[in-house]
Amino acid sequence: MSGLIKSSIARKVAMALSALFLIIFLLLHFSVNFISIFSEDAFNEASHFMGTNPLVQFLMQPILILGVVFHFVMGFVLEAKNKASRPVKYSKYNGGASASWMSRNMLVSGAVILAFLGLHFYDFWVHEMTVKYVEGDMSGVIPGTEHLRYYEEMHAKFADLWRVIFYCVGFALLSLHLLHGFQSAFQSIGVRKFRNAIVKLGNIYAIVIPLGFIFIALFHFITQ
Amino acid sequence: MNLTLKIWRQKDSKAKGQMVEYKVTDISEHMSFLEMMDVLNEGLVAKGEEPVAFDHDCREGICGMCSLQINGEAHGPDRGITTCQLHMRMFNDGDTIVIEPWRAAAFPVIKDLIVDRTAFERIQQAGGYISINTSGNTQDANAIPISKEAADKAMDAATCIGCGACVAACKNASAMLFTSAKVSQFALLPQGRVEATERVMNMVKQMDLEGFGNCTNTGACEIECPKGISLENIARMNREYLAASLAKS
Amino acid sequence: MAILDSKVPEGPIKDKWTTYKDKINLVNPANKRHIDIIVVGTGLAGGSAAATLAELGYNVKAFAYQDSPRRAHSIAAQGGINAAKNYMGDGDSNYRLFYDTVKGGDYRSREANVYRLAEVSGNIIDQCVAQGVPFARDYGGLLDNRSFGGVLVSRTFYAKGQTGQQLLLGAYSAMNRQIARGKIDMYNRHEMLDVVVVNGSARGIIARNLITGEIERHSAHAVVIATGGYGNVYFLSTNAMGSNATAAWKIHKKGAFFANPCFTQIHPTCIPRTGDYQSKLTLMSESLRNDGRIWVPAKLDDAKALQEGRLKPTQIAEEDRDYYLERRYPAFGNLVPRDVASRAAKERCDAGYGVNATGEAVYLDFSSAIERYGKEQAKIHNIKSPSAAKVYELGKAIVEAKYGNLFQMYEKIVDENPYETPMMIYPATHYTMGGVWVDYNLMTTVPGLYCIGEANFSDHGANRLGASALMQGLADGYFVLPYTIGDYLSNEIRTGKIPTDSPEFDEAEKSVKDRIDFFVNNEGTNSVDYYHKKLGKIMWEKCGMSRNEKGLKEAIAEIKALRDEFWKEVKVPGGADELNPELEKAGRVADFLELGELFAMDALNRNESCGGHFREESVELDGEQKGEAKRNDTEYAYVSAWEFKGEPSDAVLHKEQLEFKDIELKQRSYK
Repeated sequence: MSGLIKSSIARKVAMALSALFLIIFLLLHFSVNFISIFSEDAFNEASHFMGTNPLVQFLMQPILILGVVFHFVMGFVLEAKNKASRPVKYSKYNGGASASWMSRNMLVSGAVILAFLGLHFYDFWVHEMTVKYVEGDMSGVIPGTEHLRYYEEMHAKFADLWRVIFYCVGFALLSLHLLHGFQSAFQSIGVRKFRNAIVKLGNIYAIVIPLGFIFIALFHFITQ
Repeated sequence: MNLTLKIWRQKDSKAKGQMVEYKVTDISEHMSFLEMMDVLNEGLVAKGEEPVAFDHDCREGICGMCSLQINGEAHGPDRGITTCQLHMRMFNDGDTIVIEPWRAAAFPVIKDLIVDRTAFERIQQAGGYISINTSGNTQDANAIPISKEAADKAMDAATCIGCGACVAACKNASAMLFTSAKVSQFALLPQGRVEATERVMNMVKQMDLEGFGNCTNTGACEIECPKGISLENIARMNREYLAASLAKS
Repeated sequence: MAILDSKVPEGPIKDKWTTYKDKINLVNPANKRHIDIIVVGTGLAGGSAAATLAELGYNVKAFAYQDSPRRAHSIAAQGGINAAKNYMGDGDSNYRLFYDTVKGGDYRSREANVYRLAEVSGNIIDQCVAQGVPFARDYGGLLDNRSFGGVLVSRTFYAKGQTGQQLLLGAYSAMNRQIARGKIDMYNRHEMLDVVVVNGSARGIIARNLITGEIERHSAHAVVIATGGYGNVYFLSTNAMGSNATAAWKIHKKGAFFANPCFTQIHPTCIPRTGDYQSKLTLMSESLRNDGRIWVPAKLDDAKALQEGRLKPTQIAEEDRDYYLERRYPAFGNLVPRDVASRAAKERCDAGYGVNATGEAVYLDFSSAIERYGKEQAKIHNIKSPSAAKVYELGKAIVEAKYGNLFQMYEKIVDENPYETPMMIYPATHYTMGGVWVDYNLMTTVPGLYCIGEANFSDHGANRLGASALMQGLADGYFVLPYTIGDYLSNEIRTGKIPTDSPEFDEAEKSVKDRIDFFVNNEGTNSVDYYHKKLGKIMWEKCGMSRNEKGLKEAIAEIKALRDEFWKEVKVPGGADELNPELEKAGRVADFLELGELFAMDALNRNESCGGHFREESVELDGEQKGEAKRNDTEYAYVSAWEFKGEPSDAVLHKEQLEFKDIELKQRSYK
């Protein structure tokens, strides 16, 4: 690990690779969530598979958590280093003249996303862990029934207006984060070929995926 | 036109500096920004005050000596130029103009608006050359054909004037654009490939040692660069560095 | 003239340099590391010399007043560098380059030196390519060439409009390699303020650390001055603001003769002056004359209307335009040498045909070129009967590819689009052919003191051809000085380290400190620039593009009076022990005020018109050449080398008679 973060370029490559990993994960997460719009059963099946498959649980989940933690910790470390490289600030700095708000405020959007993740983990992950590994109930069914519990639990969460609003804000910031982050990750690992396509794809991804998440949240709020 | 200037004054590298306000009057819109500064200084000298020290030399946008953060932008509000090529027609009568030195830990202030950019020198000394002797006993120049595309791209990278606007404009005070321009120039040419691995490793190492920040791909450097050096060079350096790291390990 | 020994080797001109190199003394590698060399100035000449000397194994100390060698004003050279490679197969050869350079210099340069320059020119290109200089290439991957004023072949290598930059960065990279190896000690932001001569030989310099103000002593076995020209004596020039003659002038005062100071080049294609606040003039590369056509209105009324802004140049019909260079010089047209083009512009403007508000500008028009290229491209792309708009579009793309950066620069300064309306240009001081006298070894009249690049009186005679300055700077630094200096240093291997506590160092340091103390303590009333501008005005009006006896005599008196006033009334704010740009300028202007007088004296002495020096008393009175400059080879085929004797006016003239064995002296004709 120390070798990985020895030089500035290695650090940014590590940042980019973790970002690309998270981008792929996000797509997967979105696909599963999106199923909930069409079919309660299919969503339940998918959730149950993800929640009980040992490969997912004991290999992919730790990697994911490591990736998320790494991306955040590294983000803060880089920001701290970057702040230190300009100890005396400009009294007037017109950063907006030459760079987008998104690119200059990755830490802000990142911090909001982190707060969102906190709630998200509290809502789902902590709950899942408790049920599965503390209480030892791996069945995934609502006690006393044969129905899988995932859809119902998730649906219930979106009854709370404030939670929905917070989710929407979180995804809006995620969108801003991705608008810069998607193409930036490719730049960091040195990919300039298909630059225009990457930027376009990034913009589509950064808008469609968070919008989709917002749509799902609103869908469940409205269909209460 | 009449203008209010807010200028950073600092006696020397150790002194504490501050912003000081000045008024200049009857400025012609055809003046260059530095000629406006000359007018200010001429007035200060006449009053027996110390003129504002700023770096400048060729005054035609090529030596890279002039700097200045003007109204929060490196080389001022215009694009594709250095401060010496900025003309007063970019401003309006009654404007207040804030003038500060480049700010970076690696660019300490020497006096007023003059900063020490020798960190750039040390980056170049770490590998910004091709190790051949200047004996003249090399092969004929046309013995190394180079595709026009590679030559043109190398030239585009080589136009860097080392002014430091990239560092000044970057919110992280990163020197990636500067370093990558030289790495790219040589990486694109067959003459430079021989030492490409060593070069990129050494130059990046020195760049980090100097205390420049990390690149976060905001692209501000490319926009503020008076020579329009492309971010493509940074991507190329990242690639070169990755390849070099893998080859080394 | 026994006192001036040019030390040109015997033998046929083609063999001189080779034979000479075979016979000179060398310093063995083990001894080189005990020998120190100081190089002052790190442009093309100084930078390349410092790198090469360090590579050879000498200990080099290099000095630059800027914060990096990369800032030297060589960087501003735009057009290109000549080399007799004959890659184009248009009949070029070393002899032809030699011939063109001597002829272009109006037969006032030393044959042997120029031949050597032509001989090594090809090496420069090889060297630079190996160094990674990205010269322009054609689609086959080979090097491209363009043509330049005053010659009939294409031998100019270029890197867009930034050739000087790329060559300097090449030399800079070679220096960096040696700095990293510890063979060059680089002193940035240091200015040489005097040379130290011990027992008749140069043994070191006194330099000021421009950041702290500290006065430092540096010793060496030889000192190389590569500090460029003195064009800033005119205040307004294409030189950098900091370009100065102080190092060259200080060595002149310590015994180095100063040669041909009146040979100054006024470059024809600069952006015209707009107001009194102007601090410098910007050059537009001469390469523009390859495609641009120069004209003024043929009718005085039209010129008046243009001056008053009532008319636009595009409204003037083709038949009402006077393409005066094509008219007067049909053979060379817009590509006549610089001196000829400059004087022709002045002649038209003096006659009232100037095209801007000050009446001091002519047009450089690209509309014909755009049309010509457009039609060519249409043919290439198989476009049958293209529309005018299409032709313009295609042609503009070619012009943009060739000169885009220059056009952009022009637009930023003048706020006019040169694709749509012709550029305005006017001559401005650019380069000084005169400088410190050196022999074939590039050594001055002080043993161990060398002078290279623009700072010496150079290989360009009375006028320099385009793309030759870069060639000379690099030839001197990479390929000539490193050999010739070895011959001298071979006698220094037993000398040992030069001490800096000798009385000569004491004395030199004291005089430097005294002068600085005077400036910071003088209770004057006028700024340094006040005097510099006044000097510039005298120089421009009386020692400018054309000179006459009366004006020159006035100039001598006026400069002397101005200098006296300067030493009473100059005001320098700030202290000696700090970064003080006004103090730096004061020292430089003080030297210009002396040099300017010698300049005028030299111009007065040379009662002939040759190259950049045009004496109104010496013109052709009749025939086809009527009104053109008249050179006088019987009386003035010599180099004027001036010896300092206390005051500029006391300077003693020594003549180095020029011999032309390999070239027939001819009156230049570009008709």
